[in-house]
Amino acid sequence: MANDSIEIKVCLGTSGSAAGGEEVLRLFKHHVQEQGVEARVGRRCSPSKVGCRGFCSKDVLVDVILDGSKTTYQLVTPNMVERIVLEHVIDGKPIAEWTVKEEYASFHAKQHKIVLGPCGEIDPESIDDYIAMRGYRAARKAITQMKPEEVIGQVITSGLRGRGGSGFGTGEKWRVCRGAPGDVKYAVCNIGEVNRPLAEGNPHAIIEGLLVGGYAIGAAKGFLYIRERYHRSVERLSIALEQARERGFVGRNIFGTGFDFEMEFSFGTEAFICGEETALMESIEGKRAMPRVRPPFPAYAGLWGRPTVINNAETFSNIPLIIGMGGEWFSKIGTATSKGTKVFTLSGKVRNNGLVEIPMGMPFREIVYGIGGGIEGDKTLKGIQVGGPSGGIIPTSMLDMGLDYEHLARVGSIVGSGGMVVFDEDDCIVNVAKFYLEFLQRESCGKCVPCRIGTKRMSELLTKITEGKGEENDLRTMERLAGVMATTSLCGLGRTAPNPFLTSFNHFRDEYLAHIREKKCPAGVCTALITFSVLAEKCKACGLCKRACPAGAITGAPKQPHVIDPEKCVKCGACYRACKFKAIKKA
Amino acid sequence: MKHDMVTITIDGRKTSVPVGTTILAAAQQMGIHIPVLCHHPKLTVTGACRVCIVEIGGQPVTSCTAVAEEGMEVTTASPYIEGLRRDIVDLILSDHPYDCMVCERAGDCELQELAYKYSIRQPVFQGERRIYTKRDGNPFIERDMEKCILCGRCVKVCDEVQGVGAIDYAYKGFETKICPPFERDLDCEFCGQCIAVCPTGALVSKPSLGKGRKRNVNTVETVCPYCGCGCNITYDVVKNEVIRARSRQDTINEGWLCVKGKFGFSFINSPDRLTTPLIRKDGKLVPAGWDEALDLIGERLRKIRAADGPDAIAGLSSARCTNEENYLFQKLMRAGVGTNNVDHCARY
Repeated sequence: MANDSIEIKVCLGTSGSAAGGEEVLRLFKHHVQEQGVEARVGRRCSPSKVGCRGFCSKDVLVDVILDGSKTTYQLVTPNMVERIVLEHVIDGKPIAEWTVKEEYASFHAKQHKIVLGPCGEIDPESIDDYIAMRGYRAARKAITQMKPEEVIGQVITSGLRGRGGSGFGTGEKWRVCRGAPGDVKYAVCNIGEVNRPLAEGNPHAIIEGLLVGGYAIGAAKGFLYIRERYHRSVERLSIALEQARERGFVGRNIFGTGFDFEMEFSFGTEAFICGEETALMESIEGKRAMPRVRPPFPAYAGLWGRPTVINNAETFSNIPLIIGMGGEWFSKIGTATSKGTKVFTLSGKVRNNGLVEIPMGMPFREIVYGIGGGIEGDKTLKGIQVGGPSGGIIPTSMLDMGLDYEHLARVGSIVGSGGMVVFDEDDCIVNVAKFYLEFLQRESCGKCVPCRIGTKRMSELLTKITEGKGEENDLRTMERLAGVMATTSLCGLGRTAPNPFLTSFNHFRDEYLAHIREKKCPAGVCTALITFSVLAEKCKACGLCKRACPAGAITGAPKQPHVIDPEKCVKCGACYRACKFKAIKKA
Repeated sequence: MKHDMVTITIDGRKTSVPVGTTILAAAQQMGIHIPVLCHHPKLTVTGACRVCIVEIGGQPVTSCTAVAEEGMEVTTASPYIEGLRRDIVDLILSDHPYDCMVCERAGDCELQELAYKYSIRQPVFQGERRIYTKRDGNPFIERDMEKCILCGRCVKVCDEVQGVGAIDYAYKGFETKICPPFERDLDCEFCGQCIAVCPTGALVSKPSLGKGRKRNVNTVETVCPYCGCGCNITYDVVKNEVIRARSRQDTINEGWLCVKGKFGFSFINSPDRLTTPLIRKDGKLVPAGWDEALDLIGERLRKIRAADGPDAIAGLSSARCTNEENYLFQKLMRAGVGTNNVDHCARY
């Protein structure tokens, strides 16, 4: 990577690949060779793959770095490659109409990428790229120069808290596990859905973090727990693990210190509950993923009854930074009690969807309007679901609240795995809560009563309300049920399962009452509560709605206002979307 | 010894228990009743039903999993806790058939007891109930999974006690179900241990169906006639007919039985059963008295030994005799007849 070489970086994360990145990269290599670029410009030029840089809605993204100046192209398709090579790489003239627009800069400007930083910059399948950016130096420093206690001390100083669920202090967890009696200990890295970009973009950071974690707690064995279905993540991690093993970073006598640390994969199946650490351990042991009772806590008795530390890939990815730069440095990012950054998948009705990394404490307004670029179609923001399915819905009135563990806990939400879905005026909050409860119901492991039956009853009651059959008493029943679930469920899944209902009910009570008292869905989503009709004065009798209707519910002669038969109408909304004159009324 | 004990307060009463004792065990030792559905004293902790919650430091905690710590203050039945318990039982009942009137376990059902205790006639939390039409074709164990409350005791007894693992959890969420692999018919040892631990009528003995519920039977304490283990059995008897075999936990066999003890009692009233000795006369087996039969055996043994020596005789006894009887039999052969030719179907 000498300074005068020409770099072409093609995004090959899951999204980039899905958008055709493999072919784009192949063509770049092809054209660079065919045009004899290296000979013609007299510099090295090797197109390479990089991981996800977050702005997935504009994939395939391609960076061309020429004379130290980086140009990023968006929505690159195979037929654009040749022109980029000819005009930009060879002639040095960037193609302005294909480059990223202003939102690409604003999407990145407010972010603080420390964990995601290398994703999108380095080739994730090259250990040399990782080493070139100081990779494995933290592990070397920790293992050769620091005592395990000192490593744990740095992690405690950093204030790093678990990025997967409840936000328990990582250093504290390690300290307890190190102090737990027993010769055999395990370190486990859970690579969840939201961690896939890390595994695909910078897998060595995960391996290095797990290595340091294993050293700190006194483990000789680490597990990379990941769903087998995440093929690309598994592939990149496997390559990275193999390379790390070849260089002696994993295996016996690491850095010549006599420290042995083995790593192996453990493949999970499709189950949300595997994010719960005790269920995850059951899964690694080859059993059905059902949470264990606590105590004993995993730090004392985890995998096969041995002291075990489980952190997710984002937590472990922070470790090399903390050891390398020092806990002090890390603790300067974020708020007083929530340190560092957090990766979120920003999705829903924001303009800029994608993967973002923000410093803890950033106000929601800045995330939605700064990074996210505001709401699509300039509609009104309704709320933000934070922390995945069992998180809570943050209303517009709390937009200036900072995103950190404490604030979210106070409003009945969690940082969780880092999901962030933005809803606008067209989203029905009852329907949203129903959606999440139905998901949680399906994903309950079925072990304890409050979760197994409670999630079922709650989703039934929410369905009842969306169908216009709700009674005010149902709300009291749900609040009572939420109390039972939150206090008596065995694990976090059941305890947090009422969050989507509780937070939405707290902040959008009127919308619930509209469904129940007036039998209306203000957002016009709940099909049982809306009717479509033609506004005769606006209807131009063009017949578009008639043709769009899949149920044959619309009749009308030429020059006559059309009519919707409510008996036949299936409320799909096709006519509403088809009408060019806003003559279909949804109410 | 003192440092191995912790002192806790349960419902205002102080008690000292060994380190590692659960709150549930401590309360039981004090005679304080805490309801349970998934807990079983002979099985590992499950923590699934949540009805054993108690209040520790204002928080609801399951007493079957909480270990006593020095100075802990426990309330087992505050209005708050009883309210939560009621609602948990309510949830279970909302997914349970209301057919106690025809249930084999009525009057002997741990769930029914809790429904009675909390006076739940109609659940507050109403909704869809699991409906399973498939019936298991095996001859011994009736599995009515609609009545299953997923306490997991059957799974644990099959795995931890019997070492068979014939059943386990399948599916997720509300559809979670306990069944053999791929929902095939049960094909196991049919020890019936799962029936013994089931708190409801989900698992019952097929041969006993419709023959009498717990309150209508006489019980007879006896010893299993099948082998030398001497397991204690409690037979449920209706009109002089044994309809069901059970075993109490405070017995030598800790309440566990095998397929023979659990299900093998139909011979008692079988018309094919031999009740007198038979002597072959003119090629036909004819019923005879015990004196006549024993005299004949003694006479023939003496004759054979006199003519051909004691080793011309061999004795074969049965595992269905008790150890004592088998001991006496080998004594008879070795000391009485004078031969070592003695064996029995399970070997000496």
